[in-house]
Amino acid sequence: MELLVHILTTAAATLLDVAPIAAILFGFQFLVIRKRPPDMGKIAIGFAYVLAGLTLFLVGLEMALFPIGETMARQLTAPEFIHATAGPSYKGQWQEYYWVYAFAAAIGFATTIAEPSLIAVGIKAEKVSGGAVSARGLRIAVAVGVAVGVALGAYRIVSGTSLALYIMAGYVIVIAQTFRASKTIIPLAYDSGGVTTSTVTVPVVTALGLGLASTIPGRSPLLDGFGLIAFASVFPIIAVLGFATLSDWWIQYRMIKKEPVDEDIVDHNLDIREERKR
Amino acid sequence: MMTSLRHLVLFFSGSLRDLMPVILVIAFFQLFVLRQPFPNLAEVLTGLVLVVIGLSFFIRGLNLGLFPLGEAMAEAFARKGSLTALLGFSFCLGFGTTVAEPALIAVVAEAAQVAGSAGHIDDTPEALKSYAFNLRMTVALSVGVALVLGVFRILKGWPIHYLIVGGYGLVVVLTTVAPPEIVGIAYDSGGVTTSTITVPLVTALGVGLASTIRGRNPMVDGFGLIAFASLMPMIFVLVFGMVV
Repeated sequence: MELLVHILTTAAATLLDVAPIAAILFGFQFLVIRKRPPDMGKIAIGFAYVLAGLTLFLVGLEMALFPIGETMARQLTAPEFIHATAGPSYKGQWQEYYWVYAFAAAIGFATTIAEPSLIAVGIKAEKVSGGAVSARGLRIAVAVGVAVGVALGAYRIVSGTSLALYIMAGYVIVIAQTFRASKTIIPLAYDSGGVTTSTVTVPVVTALGLGLASTIPGRSPLLDGFGLIAFASVFPIIAVLGFATLSDWWIQYRMIKKEPVDEDIVDHNLDIREERKR
Repeated sequence: MMTSLRHLVLFFSGSLRDLMPVILVIAFFQLFVLRQPFPNLAEVLTGLVLVVIGLSFFIRGLNLGLFPLGEAMAEAFARKGSLTALLGFSFCLGFGTTVAEPALIAVVAEAAQVAGSAGHIDDTPEALKSYAFNLRMTVALSVGVALVLGVFRILKGWPIHYLIVGGYGLVVVLTTVAPPEIVGIAYDSGGVTTSTITVPLVTALGVGLASTIRGRNPMVDGFGLIAFASLMPMIFVLVFGMVV
């Protein structure tokens, strides 16, 4: 009974979130385009699926993941867990927080794999690229990026170093990689920075940041708790560009050694090189 | 009966696989690192079942509804050939989907507290409220502008990296002159704007436009709208922090 109430209130909230989007879509559809889209019925059914799916997804996350993830983040960052023997004013060394970094990386990876908007972009990218970019490969690359980013972000909160420095360094790396990467992957890589941080990742990662910032003496949750999301948006770009460059190198290396290579991949690679010459 | 059961299992197994990492990570840390039993195991399991069903439905809805609608609208706008209508739509989509975003509302409330305790604004409820409202409007405006710019880029076929690299350069420069309290919020605001429904719609719009317009490659030109929508709020919020 309680569950049903929870589902219904979440459904109402989701509906309210979607209302402005629906209003804009239908407003432009009927007032500006003035033509019914093909398969209106199918689209309506699709929207119903999206609403129902998102509702159940959110209710489920609130029951299964968020409470336990948040408790876990608090417990792992609690002083009693990290240095059990020392007094309350003991600040601790950054190395003592190894479980925090491990948790940050693992949960960053895992929640990114479950992120619905990244699944959507993956499906689209695989279809548009004709299979050259695999949805699974893209999602794993992005998840690795988030894992590294969130772990590094946790280290930043522990060590108290400047957020801007890390993020600016991240951007400098992205800019350098952009000049080496093939033109086809760049837009997708930039996009993957934005899609990682939504429904699943943000609440858990935010809880981790706030937990850390409120446990460590001298950190303010308001000032230092922010910024993990920024880490989780920059590092996937680096990871996707890095994986793309590595796979290009790997194909070239195999071609030099005259090993038989999958022809589609070679074609894709030749296209890229011709593009670079132009 | 058997075949429909198999379809159902296939339908849900993909989502279960997507959720496996989360389940494993949580179980490992709970049982081996924190060495604690699961609190209310029944509720957690029910929640997991709901998450699996929800994710499967969502992905089905993507392919049935959100992707086709985004593409159909992109095609219709391209056929109609009215630049104003397309850019107007892009702005409304960006502004409208962001302004009511719950994650954004939460972030701006915290941001107002930060500004209040730092003494940038008066620490009164009214001042905090108006600061939060202005910040929210700034972010929503920035996403609208971002989509207009992004769609315009697709139409013109400009290479994305000059714009994005230029944007990052601007963020780096602004970071050094903006008040330090706003920097963390500005960086995070880029991440909270792109919600689960907006991303598929905007992606389908970009790819649809790039596949309809002659001479555009959907892979090179179609992606990138999300990137603009996460970059622009950072710039706008940093400027907001300097002005207010």
